[in-house]
Amino acid sequence: MSARDEIFASIRRSLNVGAVDDPRRAAVAQRLAAPPIGIVPRRGHGDAAERLATFRAEAERVQATVAEVAVAAEVPAEIARFLRENNLPATLRFGDDPRLAALPWAETTLEISRGPSEGDDLNAVAAAFAGVAETGTLALVSGADNPTTLNFLPDNHFVVLFADDLVADVESVFARLREKYGPGALPRTVNFITGPSRSADIEQTLLLGAHGPRRLHVVVVSE
Amino acid sequence: MSVAATTPRFKANVHDALHDQRLQGALPHARNFIGRRADAAARLPEFDALRDSARAIKDHTLAHLDLYLEAYERKVVEAGGQVHYARDSEEAVAVILGICKARGAKVATKGKSMISEEIGLNAALEREGIAAVETDLGEYIIQLRGEAPSHIIAPAIHVTRDDIEADFRRLHRDLPSDRDLTQPEQLLSEARAILRDRFLSADVGVTGANFLVAETGTSLIVTNEGNGDLTQILPKVHVVLASLEKIVPTLNDVAQILRVLGRSATGQDMSVYTTLSTGPRRAGDPDGPEEYHVVLLDNGRSATLGGPFADMLRCIRCGACMNHCPVYHAVGGHAYGWVYPGPMGAVLTPLLIGVAEGGQLPNASTFCGRCEAVCPMRIPLPKLMRTWREREFARGLGSPLARGAIRVWSFFAKRPTLYRLAVEPAMRLLSLIGRGRGRFAWLPFAGGWTRGRDFAAPEGATFQSRWRAKSGATQ
Repeated sequence: MSARDEIFASIRRSLNVGAVDDPRRAAVAQRLAAPPIGIVPRRGHGDAAERLATFRAEAERVQATVAEVAVAAEVPAEIARFLRENNLPATLRFGDDPRLAALPWAETTLEISRGPSEGDDLNAVAAAFAGVAETGTLALVSGADNPTTLNFLPDNHFVVLFADDLVADVESVFARLREKYGPGALPRTVNFITGPSRSADIEQTLLLGAHGPRRLHVVVVSE
Repeated sequence: MSVAATTPRFKANVHDALHDQRLQGALPHARNFIGRRADAAARLPEFDALRDSARAIKDHTLAHLDLYLEAYERKVVEAGGQVHYARDSEEAVAVILGICKARGAKVATKGKSMISEEIGLNAALEREGIAAVETDLGEYIIQLRGEAPSHIIAPAIHVTRDDIEADFRRLHRDLPSDRDLTQPEQLLSEARAILRDRFLSADVGVTGANFLVAETGTSLIVTNEGNGDLTQILPKVHVVLASLEKIVPTLNDVAQILRVLGRSATGQDMSVYTTLSTGPRRAGDPDGPEEYHVVLLDNGRSATLGGPFADMLRCIRCGACMNHCPVYHAVGGHAYGWVYPGPMGAVLTPLLIGVAEGGQLPNASTFCGRCEAVCPMRIPLPKLMRTWREREFARGLGSPLARGAIRVWSFFAKRPTLYRLAVEPAMRLLSLIGRGRGRFAWLPFAGGWTRGRDFAAPEGATFQSRWRAKSGATQ
């Protein structure tokens, strides 16, 4: 008997069930087809302004920084400002996301490069798939538009979040993912990111920038 | 096994731990978790309702585990991944070695995985000439020291910053001797620089999984450093190593359990990185692994289903039970002698290595009940430890003296009149002798207790006699 068969046989023996068991199969099929939503904290809910206020407060609690701009065209200037004020090199890398490519980068002195990270980029920007008010979390999806390596290898991570994509809770992000990628399917990687990288492995002292970015700056576009 | 179990020598381990000044200096850090968890729980009014929800989800999943596993496997394959089943540690190791050898791998980076400790993966890789590189900062530190984790989420909690500096100076050959490493930030920068090179040169990345999602065939890891992500997106091959009970039906179910996981573990509402991985790199993806494998380990878990220890399969490895355990606080994780310490380890270890080897651990409890009180999955840990004690007794294990004492006690406990006749005068006597100081520094037959602390003197009447008097008065 293969390992697989033996493990399944052992599970069914322990549960005292057979392989053909229609009521159990129906219960499983139903849950997978219509995933129930459990208890969702009230914290993330409210109108757009309340959601943004909660998102900002929660993101700042975990050492992210948040800026708001009225229109997307103001994003390059905001990133340039952040880099300048933190004495960081004026470089920036991003993928093929059309929402980022369309921005007026030439109006800044930023040196732009494109594509996934090879490990020597200091600064990168990505466009978020969604933001979660409840916990100040960003959701990013893999692909050529926003390569996953850009989320982890650079020291300073910028994320552009369009206000329409700021939802109350993680369940709402999952609903949007199902809508975009189809039921039961996901992109290769979905990253939920809540603050910059950290470790407390040395004497329980909180240190930022363990392996991933030391800084996470979110630019929320209101338009 | 990466480390031979020293669990049968538990008492000697405890003695050593209690007299280890360096360890005793590091252990108070473990208590920091208590306040953090309490604050996080207090900030979320729905916290306890979410614990009930999380428990119900896991119970439902375990009752349908075969079917959710089938659904999960189907989805992984649909996404281009491969699922491997392993009955035991040896099979899991063989599968992973096979994957590494097929790629001619020389370096395997590793995200933090307790299952990898359970199957002894690092030693097996090294035997085959494959460098296994732990990338979680705590795991990296203890790998340098040749130690096992002493905590399931804070593996180096027994180590001080001075120890780490000494280890880095001893083992990082390119480290200038005049580099200042006295501050934690400097130690982190040093480890980050060394590990960055290893991430970029690895052939295979091995991670664990906090959850496997049947709805989408997804493995999910929860980390703070980002090392798990660099481990899985940079090499050509991503191997996910997980035990069967990590299955969860849907993404919405994951959302429920995530809300209690971070809060119970480190007091975080969400860990920094919650990463969902589904299959290998897709057409058009500029990064990500070319191969995606899941190794599903049983190691006795399927046989645990439906039995007296089935509740333990709800465990999500948050570490809250050990963070709140007075025994763990006193002796640390290594004294437990195998992979899993604390109350969850005391229940799990005999299940995984047998009651003959691991049977001493369930005795390492005061039954204060804090572990159950904080367990996000509401696992009745004290009850499960008591069940192990009963089994240990039934199998004739344990010291003859303890067994004799239990027999004598049980003889009296079953005969209440005799019990009262024996106990009441004894308590009156102790009360009389001890009245002056209120405690005893020494008592016959209780040297094991009084060597370490005083024994409080009884105040006179026993509970039973006072209860009789009280109910007599009110009737």
